[in-house]
Amino acid sequence: MARIIVVTSGKGGVGKTTTSAAISMGLAKKGHKTVVIDFDVGLRNLDLIMGCERRVVYDIINVINGEASLNQALIKDKNCNLLSILPASQTRNKDALTQEGVGNILEELSKEFKYIVCDSPAGIEQGAHLAMYFADDAFIVTNPEVSSVRDSDRILGLLSSKSQRAEKNEEPIKEYLILTRYAPERVKSGEMLSLDDVQDILSLDLLGVIPESKSVLTASNSGNPVILDEKSDAGQAYGDIVARYLGETRPHRFIDGKKGLFRKLFGGG
Amino acid sequence: MTINAQNKSYSSPALEFKSTMFSVPVLGVASDDLILIEQVLNEKIKLAPEFFKHSPVILDFQDVNKKQLTIALDALLAIIRKAGLFVVGVRGGTDEQHQKAIDLGIAVTANTEVKAELPKTPKIITAPKDDVPVSDDSTTVLITKPIRSGQRIYSHGDLIVLAQVGAGAEILAEGNIHIYGTLRGRALAGVQGNIHARIFCSDLQAELISIAGHYKISDDIQGAVSNTPIQIYLQKNALVIKPIA
Repeated sequence: MARIIVVTSGKGGVGKTTTSAAISMGLAKKGHKTVVIDFDVGLRNLDLIMGCERRVVYDIINVINGEASLNQALIKDKNCNLLSILPASQTRNKDALTQEGVGNILEELSKEFKYIVCDSPAGIEQGAHLAMYFADDAFIVTNPEVSSVRDSDRILGLLSSKSQRAEKNEEPIKEYLILTRYAPERVKSGEMLSLDDVQDILSLDLLGVIPESKSVLTASNSGNPVILDEKSDAGQAYGDIVARYLGETRPHRFIDGKKGLFRKLFGGG
Repeated sequence: MTINAQNKSYSSPALEFKSTMFSVPVLGVASDDLILIEQVLNEKIKLAPEFFKHSPVILDFQDVNKKQLTIALDALLAIIRKAGLFVVGVRGGTDEQHQKAIDLGIAVTANTEVKAELPKTPKIITAPKDDVPVSDDSTTVLITKPIRSGQRIYSHGDLIVLAQVGAGAEILAEGNIHIYGTLRGRALAGVQGNIHARIFCSDLQAELISIAGHYKISDDIQGAVSNTPIQIYLQKNALVIKPIA
């Protein structure tokens, strides 16, 4: 059986799609057959970030409506042949997704893939609801900022009450925190919530902290998931996250600011 | 007299459900002597005729059932109606009495605390709401996981929360509320009017606290106490927030 991971946040623009692209690529690179599904019907972005927008012929709505088979709609990634992408439709709206349709797609994908990553749209409506409904694990993407934390808290409430696992009274969805766009310098100056502040409210298993980094934007624009940029701090941070999710123990990084040469020399902290 | 906190209101153009709270006198029946009942009722009404005129009342059969007396519901209703009162609900009766009331078009107000416990009637355990874990004592609700923004928990008795209550979450109990974590959301104890209910909390950063309808919002609470265990209770219609020594 495949493990279904939902990447969700409630709030928009916090890095859900970047995270979905990075972790699905990371899981595939580790040798696991992975598929990443864009649930953001009407505002699809995942194909851009994965660099496959020119190869989209059929999408998830076509599959749900029976206009295309799942294999016709799945796109093999250009960098890693263990990774497939199921794009969202750009011309429909979120209500075109049905619970039955999504359930059937996930069931069929489960036979072939080890990990299914669902990239949730922002908000708490149909698209977001269906992205999380069948999940086994939830990656909560949060920015160190009050409204993002509040929305994540709301999403966690929905995960524990409106999911299939909750409705069937099964073991609850395992929830993990991914804190993105973290800038330790700005935390120190009080402009940003600290990891502790966020954890005070959310108290979740921390999967990793992604530092604010130019490499994320560069990667998105070039259509390569940032995890492939192994020299960048954000790429390494996503690498850590995938490794931790798969059970490795790695120390957390990027939480304290980079020590400059001067501080290193004099041992200041 | 009741606020049904489980009700969500769905707006529609023609009809709208709303939760509201108002007080209704409860008539405790303690005798099966209908003549005596009529006499006492008329004496009471004479004291304040305007107050009782067309007033809705709720019948409470707890006492009469405790004495194991049987009472003719139809005849009792006729007496009350004659006195100018409207019976809108019954409580504390046996299953038989409740069924009869329903047949007569009178509501049964659920209240597990006053539910008559006759020797032969099995104890009625109310189904847990909201998929919350319920401890063995059916009236106490125990929550072990954080309560998230937008979640709402209701307990017909006490409510014990072993985690935090997030901002934007709402917890309600007919009895006391105990929170062994930070309270950032709203906590309402004694929602059915129990003025002796209390709220206990290990760190108070609440948006709103309320006991039996008397409430304080965060602006009134701020600076009072934080990061220290406190209790909140009602004293002369005012909420008192005190550290637990």
